[in-house]
Amino acid sequence: MHSVPEFDTEPGGRERKIFFSRMSLCYAAVVRGKLAKTFEFADTQIFRRAALPKSYTDLLGRKLFLFLLTVQGLGAFALITLGVILSKSSVAKNVIRPRIRQEIVRAGVALLPMFAFVALALGFLVVGQTVSALAKVGAINYLGSTMVIVVVRELGPLLSAVLVLARVGTAHVIELGTARALGEVEALEVLGIDPVHYLIVPRVIGMALGIFSLTVYLIIGALGSGYLFAFLQDVPLTPGDYFKQLVESLGWLDFALLALKTVGFGFFIAIVTCYHGLAQPLRLEDVSRVAVRAVTQGVIVCVLIDALFIVLYLVA
Amino acid sequence: MSENQNIPAIEMCGVNVAAMRDASFTVVEDVNWPVAAGGFWVVAGQEHSGKSDLLMLAAGLMPPASGSCKLFGNDTKNFGEVELAERLRVGFVFQGGHLFNRLTIAENIALPLQYQKDFTAAEAAREVQALLELLELAPLADVTPANVAANWRQRAALARALILKPEVLLLDNPLAGLGARHSQWWLRFLDQLSRGHEQFAGKPMTLVATADDLRPWQNARRNFALLSDKKFILLGTWSEVEAASDPAVKELLAIQLETTI
Repeated sequence: MHSVPEFDTEPGGRERKIFFSRMSLCYAAVVRGKLAKTFEFADTQIFRRAALPKSYTDLLGRKLFLFLLTVQGLGAFALITLGVILSKSSVAKNVIRPRIRQEIVRAGVALLPMFAFVALALGFLVVGQTVSALAKVGAINYLGSTMVIVVVRELGPLLSAVLVLARVGTAHVIELGTARALGEVEALEVLGIDPVHYLIVPRVIGMALGIFSLTVYLIIGALGSGYLFAFLQDVPLTPGDYFKQLVESLGWLDFALLALKTVGFGFFIAIVTCYHGLAQPLRLEDVSRVAVRAVTQGVIVCVLIDALFIVLYLVA
Repeated sequence: MSENQNIPAIEMCGVNVAAMRDASFTVVEDVNWPVAAGGFWVVAGQEHSGKSDLLMLAAGLMPPASGSCKLFGNDTKNFGEVELAERLRVGFVFQGGHLFNRLTIAENIALPLQYQKDFTAAEAAREVQALLELLELAPLADVTPANVAANWRQRAALARALILKPEVLLLDNPLAGLGARHSQWWLRFLDQLSRGHEQFAGKPMTLVATADDLRPWQNARRNFALLSDKKFILLGTWSEVEAASDPAVKELLAIQLETTI
């Protein structure tokens, strides 16, 4: 009698759905059912809106609580997103894949002109500083190695992440904050559309791939423009020697860690910005303040990830 | 089939409704309310009386603070991803529409169909076009909601709720802020849905609408209930509403009384 919509008719589909549904209990099912309170950490709001404490130790305590609550919220949100990416990879492909392509364009392709300029500037900047320093100690043959350490391992990924955070991350917070304030998230829930799947997953994947690709282009551009600047400064280094130095300085670990690091930057920047935009109920006037907080936390997260990778490089 | 017909579309027993924004705050207490399949209910109440929260709960989007709420005989308390198909038998129209601002009107209407049935835009186009024409929205198909008047946004929200062909339609204050012409259109169209619209296989749709003004809803076929002071009061048909002595009912009819005096 009832016209129940058909969803998963393939064999074992229902069992798989039940399995993933139970998995999802680990991270969010309880709060998911409560709609607007899905990721709401009311305690954070209590701490933020409370009057200023009377002593510095109280202030320190409050800051510590806020920090721990934020870490808890971000961790939960990251796990929820990861769970949805894994469990709903084949759900609504015709809606989600175009959304992912849009986000890749926004966090990647659309930023290429800016990154071309930055790559040129970065190459000039690094070589300009290092050539004079290395020439003083007669170590000009280390120019290639220096470029690898500075550009490939450190500045390239970090600069890409910070630029994408500034250009796209802020837009995430504002868009999602506004969507939340205008009730669009509730509308998605009503239509049976998982807000994390529709709003967050494309942004996370788009930003992770965007930062990875842009970093690769930035590094290639910076290494090329670096040599150009060295050539203009009459450094006695042939292109063959320069690229030989680069190749000798690069190991498989550089490629592996670069990929991990940039994807990690993209994932966590998207998580931080989306968390602040979506996870808490916002009023329209809160949106700009939350955007600033998200960018600050995004930079902190990038620095922490970078520090982690420095340790990995040193250990390896 | 007759067995299914006897199951109420929505059934609340001893339900306490918590506020959507703050689960610790109860907005309506002890709701006992069976909504028969094919029924047409209007739930009236002043602002902040808990009308929207009650509808959200009825749609299975929020668990009751206590008591039980059943949709087609299934308790909504443990509704999750697996029970999504059951939940989608209920459509919901928000006050103001809550359309997705980055999508056009046609994309807004197509989204539930594309997401739930994994249709491409081309596959969904025929059904979307039919609804656009039925609701007189075709000229606005490619316009974003920000560039559409509130009257039409509300209608687009109705189209979005109807695209999945729900059996129950919950409408949160659908006449709020509408002009007279649009209000009349809505009342006529809802009556058609209630009787069974040919676009929806002629099957009577169960309707529950909330209102903060009872006057436009005068109709013998509709049932009325009232939310007042955290209480849910079943009023009955329009004649019983008019005969009710509850001051809250009189308040919702007060303007009409003044004009008829």
